[in-house]
Amino acid sequence: MNFDDTPQEAEFRSQARAWIGANAPKQYEDELRKSSLGRTQLKNADILGVAKAWQKKKADAGWACLHWPKEYGGRGASPIERVIWQQEEGPFGQLSRMFIIGHGMCGPTMMAFAREEHKRKYLPPLASGEKVWCQLFSEPAGGSDVAGLRTRAEKDGDDWIINGQKIWTSGAHYSDYGILLTRTDPDVPKHKGLTMFFLDMKSPGVEVRPIKQASGASDFNEVYFTDVRIPDHQRLGEVGDGWNVSLTTLMNERSAIGAAVSTGFPELFEYCSNLMLDDGPAIEDRAVRSKLANWAVKASGLKYTSMRAISALSRGERPGPENSIGKLVAGSMIQDVATYALDLQGAGGVIGGEDAELAGRFQAMLLRAPGTRVEGGTDEIMRNIIAERVLRLPGDIRVDKDVPFNKIPTKGRG
Amino acid sequence: MNFDFSDDQKQLRDQARKFLAEKCSPKAVRIVLDGKTPYDKELWKGLAEMGFLGVAIPEEFGGAGAGHLELCVIAEEMGRANAPVPFSSTVYLAAEALLIAGSEAQKKKWLPAIAAGEAIGTLALFEGKGNPAPKNVKLTAASGVLNGVKKPVADGAIADFAVVAARTGSSGRDSDISLFLADLKAGGVEVKSLTNLDPTRGQAEVTFRDCKAEPLGPAGEGWSILTQVLDRAAVLCAFEQVGGADRALEMGRDYALDRIAFGRQIGSFQAVKHMLADMYVSATLARSNSYYGAWALSTNAAELPEAAAAARISATQAFQHCAKNNIQVHGGMGFTWEFDCHMYYRRANAMALGLGSLSYWEDQLIDRMRKKNAA
Repeated sequence: MNFDDTPQEAEFRSQARAWIGANAPKQYEDELRKSSLGRTQLKNADILGVAKAWQKKKADAGWACLHWPKEYGGRGASPIERVIWQQEEGPFGQLSRMFIIGHGMCGPTMMAFAREEHKRKYLPPLASGEKVWCQLFSEPAGGSDVAGLRTRAEKDGDDWIINGQKIWTSGAHYSDYGILLTRTDPDVPKHKGLTMFFLDMKSPGVEVRPIKQASGASDFNEVYFTDVRIPDHQRLGEVGDGWNVSLTTLMNERSAIGAAVSTGFPELFEYCSNLMLDDGPAIEDRAVRSKLANWAVKASGLKYTSMRAISALSRGERPGPENSIGKLVAGSMIQDVATYALDLQGAGGVIGGEDAELAGRFQAMLLRAPGTRVEGGTDEIMRNIIAERVLRLPGDIRVDKDVPFNKIPTKGRG
Repeated sequence: MNFDFSDDQKQLRDQARKFLAEKCSPKAVRIVLDGKTPYDKELWKGLAEMGFLGVAIPEEFGGAGAGHLELCVIAEEMGRANAPVPFSSTVYLAAEALLIAGSEAQKKKWLPAIAAGEAIGTLALFEGKGNPAPKNVKLTAASGVLNGVKKPVADGAIADFAVVAARTGSSGRDSDISLFLADLKAGGVEVKSLTNLDPTRGQAEVTFRDCKAEPLGPAGEGWSILTQVLDRAAVLCAFEQVGGADRALEMGRDYALDRIAFGRQIGSFQAVKHMLADMYVSATLARSNSYYGAWALSTNAAELPEAAAAARISATQAFQHCAKNNIQVHGGMGFTWEFDCHMYYRRANAMALGLGSLSYWEDQLIDRMRKKNAA
């Protein structure tokens, strides 16, 4: 058991450090460090432009998509090297937020299912940030029941015609391409009638409408498809095998485990260390200390859980369902931490935005937190994954499992 | 970086698990629980023969000289088996105090005896209510004799010797406290067993009346040595707690698979599944914090005080959480004497207090984090 770099890892670290030191956009460092959780903004710059420029610079020097094969724009790096890079990249890593879906999910799915010529054409510009990708899975009626989707794909010669609607699509408003899960056969049970494609988001008939979230921000979109044409060679996997393809995508989400999950704890600890309450410093207060200690051990527990997972990865083991605990624990913790930080501010906690203490950092965290607990699988789905796939408890009873999709009821009442 | 136990250490874990499954069944634990014997002497002898008691004791003092990572591995299995032996008091507290502060002669006298299973040791720190603090030490030491009452003293009724925290000054500073080694079988000691939450590991009141004792470590350094001993024991106990939490989770899971209600396995109900998933989460976080503590302990890293407090809190919470909800999964059966659930519930809650309460360790953690941030 040791935390030391091997000589090879130390060499990688020093190269990464030197390159980042010489090339990172330092003028944004402080702002990135202080940006509120789940929401990176730059006051006087276009965040997408800054992010794309940084990604391109990394790609040109061989530091983009470290774990991807070189021929697709990556570096063929080990899991540990990815972690070392993340540690060294520090706050600049936040600029990769726009590319998470593309790099973490769309790219690996393309690698597994696209034709070779497509991989060589589409993957390098995805790695370099020149093209942004999104993932079109969720639908208004779907939610956690992803396989309940209704967007239709019908064969028309060498093309498919797409009609329907997606929702909760992160970054669709600035994406160039997307991977799209559709229903190609409504007469079979729901998991069996799905097919995956990739498409150009600028195709005629694609309409993107940003959704204004509870936080006031608009990171997600509704995407409407009206007679959109996709050539058959852009199909990923077999017709009817879309569910398996999508599982590959979702599994890849888990291998992003090297990424540190945000818990809000360092922010809260710093805040409490400097805060004066009516009775004295917050950090001297028994109740505050107890809360902080409880969250401290959750945050450190998550950190070392991910280190254990990385150790397993570096031995060649696959990332397993146990990695669901990161989001499960961090999601509700952020929400609780933000609530508590505002409680410590008393009546003043209600004031938000620039008028608030710390420029509204905890208010913004509070309003973003509900989304964290839902996106990429709700807390309840995460618990089901742990219960069923780690503890091997029985699956939920699924009454629609063997029913043809078009015979499944669509309304609860009436 | 490799944040895991080695293959050899995992092999040792398998060996310990197998040994304990054979020699320390719940039935064997119940013999101690029912008060028929104060501890499982056969098991204690067996642990000595396997080399488990001296796994972290250097070879020159009769141990295996393997190290603290190996001791962590054994500790987890002791917790999993709910072993009714004075392991924590002898191995984590007494032996560690000797390793940190003992003279050559003291180590030679006691460490080989511990490794051979011939001596049981303990730490006599507490004097009734309250957490570890110099001001709570009232027992005095003057001219080489101890006077005062310690309670609760873990395994005090069966221990051969104790590391005793005594007051040797009145300046109001930590340096008022010194440590002593007292032979409990010699004169001047009176021992009374106390009723306690977890009878599988006894507690006693130990009264010292002009009891001769020799200093352990330099005079006035007692508190600083004790802090180190408690930190080391916190990591080792955390592994016992993680073992116990894991076992409680496993029992709950197995019952949820076996028990049918409303025509289904109760483990198919989301409310039950999610309760078990949450148990898994807390056990996993505790295990990860404990691994970090094990690393800090085995390398004597500067991070040890913080890592120990984090492991302690996390593992205490996890064991209590898993032991409590294991009973909940079992429903009414879990509340019976006949089912084993309550043995883990008792152990979890007794262990939560043994090295100072949760709130004590919360304070320690925050102080240590502040110190680090200030540095």
